[in-house]
Order: sequence, then structure tokens, then C-alpha cells
Amino acid sequence: MHSYRLTHLKELESESIHILREVASQFDRPALLFSGGKDSILCFHLARKAFFPAKVPFPLLHVDTGHNFSETIEFRDRLVKEHGATLLVGSVQKSIDEGKVQEETGYYASRNKLQINTLLEAIETNKIDCAIGGARRDEEKARAKERVFSHRDEFGQWDPKNQRPELWNLYNGRKRPGEHFRAFPISNWTEMDVWQYILLEQIPIPSIYFSHEREVFLRDGVLYANSPFMRLKPDEKPFMKRVRFRTIGDMSCTGAVDSPAATLEEIIEEVASTRTTERGSRMDDKRSEAAMEDRKKEGYF
Amino acid sequence: MSTNGYLDMDLLRFTTAGSVDDGKSTLIGRLLYDSRSIFDDQMEAVEQASSKRGNGEVDLSLLTDGLRAEREQGITIDVAYRYFATPKRKFIIADTPGHIQYTRNMVTGASTANLAIILVDARKGIQEQTNRHAFIASLLGIPHIVFCINKMDLVDYDEAVFKNIQQQLEDFSSKLEVRDLNFIPISALKGDNVVNRSSRMDWYQGSTLMYLLENIHIAGDRNHIDRRFPVQHVIRPMTDEWHDFRGFAGQIAGGIFRTGDAVQVLPSGFQSTIKSIHLGEREVQEAFAPQSVVMTLNDEIDISRGDMIVSPNNLPKSSQDIDVMLCWLNERPLQPNGKYALKHTSRDARCMVKEVTYKMDINTLRKLDEDKQVGMNDIGRVLLRTTVPLHFDNYARNRNTGSLILVDEATNETVAAGMIV
Repeated sequence: MHSYRLTHLKELESESIHILREVASQFDRPALLFSGGKDSILCFHLARKAFFPAKVPFPLLHVDTGHNFSETIEFRDRLVKEHGATLLVGSVQKSIDEGKVQEETGYYASRNKLQINTLLEAIETNKIDCAIGGARRDEEKARAKERVFSHRDEFGQWDPKNQRPELWNLYNGRKRPGEHFRAFPISNWTEMDVWQYILLEQIPIPSIYFSHEREVFLRDGVLYANSPFMRLKPDEKPFMKRVRFRTIGDMSCTGAVDSPAATLEEIIEEVASTRTTERGSRMDDKRSEAAMEDRKKEGYF
Repeated sequence: MSTNGYLDMDLLRFTTAGSVDDGKSTLIGRLLYDSRSIFDDQMEAVEQASSKRGNGEVDLSLLTDGLRAEREQGITIDVAYRYFATPKRKFIIADTPGHIQYTRNMVTGASTANLAIILVDARKGIQEQTNRHAFIASLLGIPHIVFCINKMDLVDYDEAVFKNIQQQLEDFSSKLEVRDLNFIPISALKGDNVVNRSSRMDWYQGSTLMYLLENIHIAGDRNHIDRRFPVQHVIRPMTDEWHDFRGFAGQIAGGIFRTGDAVQVLPSGFQSTIKSIHLGEREVQEAFAPQSVVMTLNDEIDISRGDMIVSPNNLPKSSQDIDVMLCWLNERPLQPNGKYALKHTSRDARCMVKEVTYKMDINTLRKLDEDKQVGMNDIGRVLLRTTVPLHFDNYARNRNTGSLILVDEATNETVAAGMIV
């Protein structure tokens, strides 16, 4: 007697694959936003499953702030090569050089917000009609209300009060010329789901997720990697420490955690016992209670 | 949380209905808090926000208020999704507002739910909206309904109050099609019977809400009888290794498919047998709803997106005349004789509204034959004529093949949710 019961991870996987195939079917030129973080790696892994034995039918789009962990870029390039994927890059540095955006100044300068402009420009130049993102609803309050198929107007803006109702597994991707969509295939996954699935499927991830020795400094209770992109305050002294990163973003806003976890199993143990959210170490979310909502309205993903 | 246990959990999706006054946000906050699903930084933010408002104690309901406008007005506007897990199950909550103007949100949240929690204020008893919520849960085919009689602390944990409300709810629910009804006396504020058993209601022998959520049998909620495979995407690698591969990708909407099974393709009617089933890179002998798979057939048949692969001796209905219960979701009311785009499984069609048979008064469950204006948040029985045949089952039989949405072709907005009768 067989059991026709799916574990929750298999049910989530099935839902995500369905969404990715819906994107490929409903849009002409989708692209997968790829940061080199675990969530976008998961999306790519699911996309490979969704279309196997054919290749993933859309390119990867990396919005490059120029403030990368080198390990992430190496990982990205290896993945693209191994799977014969197409990589598009939108460069924040280029947007700055062309005078389209202005670099923030001061100790808390970050290119996080500048990404919005570069992302929207990359979407326009490449005529992308649906940008697939690895955002999850458990990450942040504004994201808890995001649709799987999220409509953006011709300025790339999100209107949280005027979202299309989304019922069953029927996704409405109809739009006017000039408008585009964001699609979030792993909306219903939690941080723990992602880690457990990475372990289950043995999905490779960048080395900086695992504990390693690095030069860091302490700011507002958060450890940051010391890099040429960070301006230290006079009292901030860099020191060596065993750390790992819980999320991977721009170096200027991604905090490290003091952690000995060197394997996936140890990371899972740590995530299970940890008492702060992933984004708790993200400087970009700390700016105000509605920081994420405001950025999303403007076109952040 | 051990890895082995985690890999063996299943998934329960539930929706919560009730207004702010019923203590819905407090209940969700309590479930999250008592199951240790709230992180310190989230709690810290809530404590900060509570003190900013100056209402003294920490307000657990603030955990679930997402958007700035909602926080400012103290109400929930849109469906918000929450997640928590216990060692037994992972839960997805579709948290929906209860005000009448937000019926559309409850419908949205209910569409994917296995279970609905409907909150009743013990002091007030059954309200108009209680009936409305129960009706929508039944209309959307939610298999399990749990009525939580909340604020028992404010009626001295009196058994008679609970029994009286339960009796009235049972009477009303007999008019609905619900398979499984449950009643639990709780106090979300004090924590009675939510996660921990109450010591103040010895007269209640049933389970706590959390115990019920963790143990309720949901495996039977899926249709594993009628084989339905809507083709979503055709996969043709055209590489040397997979030169002749032509696979049909989709999410199984009903039944169990095995290699070698005889199948029929709709609408063409051609028959074949299943050659292989692929789950990602893995080949499997059988697959079932709701798995996303790729199938190949032994005969070369022209199949494209929107077609459906089914069992030849258990066919769905096929028709261009669709009798449907519509829940209207848009400010612009349903246009008599109006034309709309329609989405059903992986199939796109257009349709015309032939007739509004009746409109429901969702508070009294009366059918209104005279008033046939179907506007925002109304529910009406409607006859549609589609440009191409749909292959469907009754919604009560299969929620995947019995559901559809209508899209306004001018604005591209999703304007209605339909349950095929």
C-alpha cells in the first residue's frame, strides 16, 4: 500500500515548479533575478527541475552593486558555466558613472537603494516582461502581502492597496504594453524550508554561508565584513573572527553572524535555535518600520 | 528541530476569519507566540510599536499588521500570509480581514485552505458576519471548519454560553455543505485552549486548537480518484541527448497516474498510453495530485498548453455552457451580457455572461431572484458561454478542475472567482 501523501517540502517544490512553468508560458521574456544568495540559487534549482530535460528557458539577471563578496561572483560564474545559462548584468557602478543615480555618502552609505534604478533600467533595456525573484513572505511584513504574480505599472511601481486577487493556482499575468510583472515562486517557503531543502537536494551554495575566518568590525551591535566599500568610524577597529553570513547582499549592508556552523546540518541547528530573523542583520531594513514597503513601492524586488 | 522530523512533516493551509474585535489578530499572535515562532527582533519591533501607541501592554495583534496604512488605521486591508511550524506540521495562515467590504479577501484566502478558523465573540454570539464567513468557507469547499468561541474569559468561562452558541451554529451549518465541523471554547488573550489546555474550563473535553491543527486528517482532502492532468507547458529540449523528447509538463489536478496507463487527450479525444513520468531529473513509476511532473506518451499526438490528459473511462465534463457560482471581486459590477477573459486550469478562453440566475444574500442565505445586480463582494449564480469548451468537474468534486477566474479585458484585473456547480 502506497502513501499518497506529500511532505510539506515536496508540496512547496511542486507549487514553485508550477509557478515557474506558468511564468515561462504566460510571458515572452522573463528573467530570473540572481543575486548569488541561497534563495535565488534555490529558484534556479527549481527552474532546472521545472524544465528538465530542456534548459531553463530564461536568462539570469544580476543587479550588480559593485560591492560584492568575491566568493559570490565566483560562484555565480561557475554556476552559469556549468549549466550553460545566460547571464545578464545590470551595473549600479555604471548607473553612477552615467550620472543616473548619486552615491550615498557618510558611514551608512549603501548602494542598496540605488539598485532600484539599475534594476528597472535592466528590465527596460532587455525588454523583460517578468522578473522572477526569490523573495519569501516570511521575510518581512510588507512581503507577507505580496502576490505570487505581482503587477508593476509602467514606472515599475507596486501599489499594495490595488493588488489583483490571487485564487487557487490560477495566476493572472495579463498586462498592458510597458508594464511588467514580478513573480515570486518561493513565496511560501520559510528560511528553515530553504535550508532543509538545500540539504535534502545537496544544492551547492557560496562558501561564505559557512563559518570562516574574516576581518570584521562591530557597528550598532552588528558585525560587518571589513572591505574597501565600508568607511569605518574612528572608534571602529577591525578584528579577525569566525563568522558566517545568513543572507548575502551588498557588502555594505549585510551583517555577519558569530557562528561556528561549518556544515548544512550545523546551519540548520543554528537557524532552529536562533531568536532573530534573517533580516535582523540587514542594515537596509532598519531604516524605518516601513523601509521595505517604501522601497517595494518604488520598484525594489 | 531535527532534520529527520522536518523532512516528514506535512502542510496545512488554513484561513482565519473574524474582525479585529473578535480577537483574530490576537489569536494568530497567540499561535505564533506560544509555538515559539516569533523572533526576538520581531517581538522587539512589536514592543516598540505598542509603547509608541501608548496602550500599555504588548499588543500581539501588531505582529500581523503589515502595511503602513493598516498600522495607521488599525485594520487589516489585505490577505497576509503567515508561517509557523511545530514538530508535526508546517502551517500557512491566510490571514484575512472580516469586514463586509473585504469578502473578496476572504474568498482569496479560502481558495487554497484545508481548514477555516471562524471566530465568534462569546459575549455577542452569532453575528451576521459569522454566517457570512461560514457560508464562504463552505462555498469555497474548505473541508474543515473550526468555530473558536473566543473571549470565554469575559463570560466567566460559562459552559452554557458556549453550548448555546454551538447549538445555533450547528443549526445554521446544517444548511451548508461542510464535511467537518468543530467547536472550541478559547480565550486568545489569556491563552485558554489555544496551545495550552485551559484549567478554567473543565467541562470541555475536546482538543485544544493547536492539537486539532496538528492532528486533523487532511490526506483525504485531495482528489486521488479522477485522473486530471492539465498541460501547462510542452518540453522539447531538441538536444542530441534528448533529440526526440516531447514531454508534457503540468501539475496533476486529480488522481494517480502510472506508466502504462491508458489516457485520453482533451479536446482532441486521441488516446495513448503513458510512456514515462518525470519528477525533475528523476523518472518515477507513478505520480499523484498535487505533484508537478512531466509525462511522455507512446504515440505522437499534437498536444499543447490548455489541453487536458485524463483517463478514458473517467472523463470530466466538457462544455461551453458553464453554470457557476461567482464571487465578484471588482468595483466595476458584473456587466449583463458582458464579455470577459477566463482562466480555467491551464486553459485560456473568453466568455460571455448569458444570465444571472440569482444573487445570494450571504447573510441570510436567501436567493434573490429580483435583484440580479452583482457588484463588489456579491455572490451570484451565473451562466457563462465560453468560446471554447472547458473540461471540468464540479467544484465540490475537485477544487482544481472546478474553479475559474474572470479577467476584465480592458483593465486586466481579476474581477471574479468562479466555482462550477
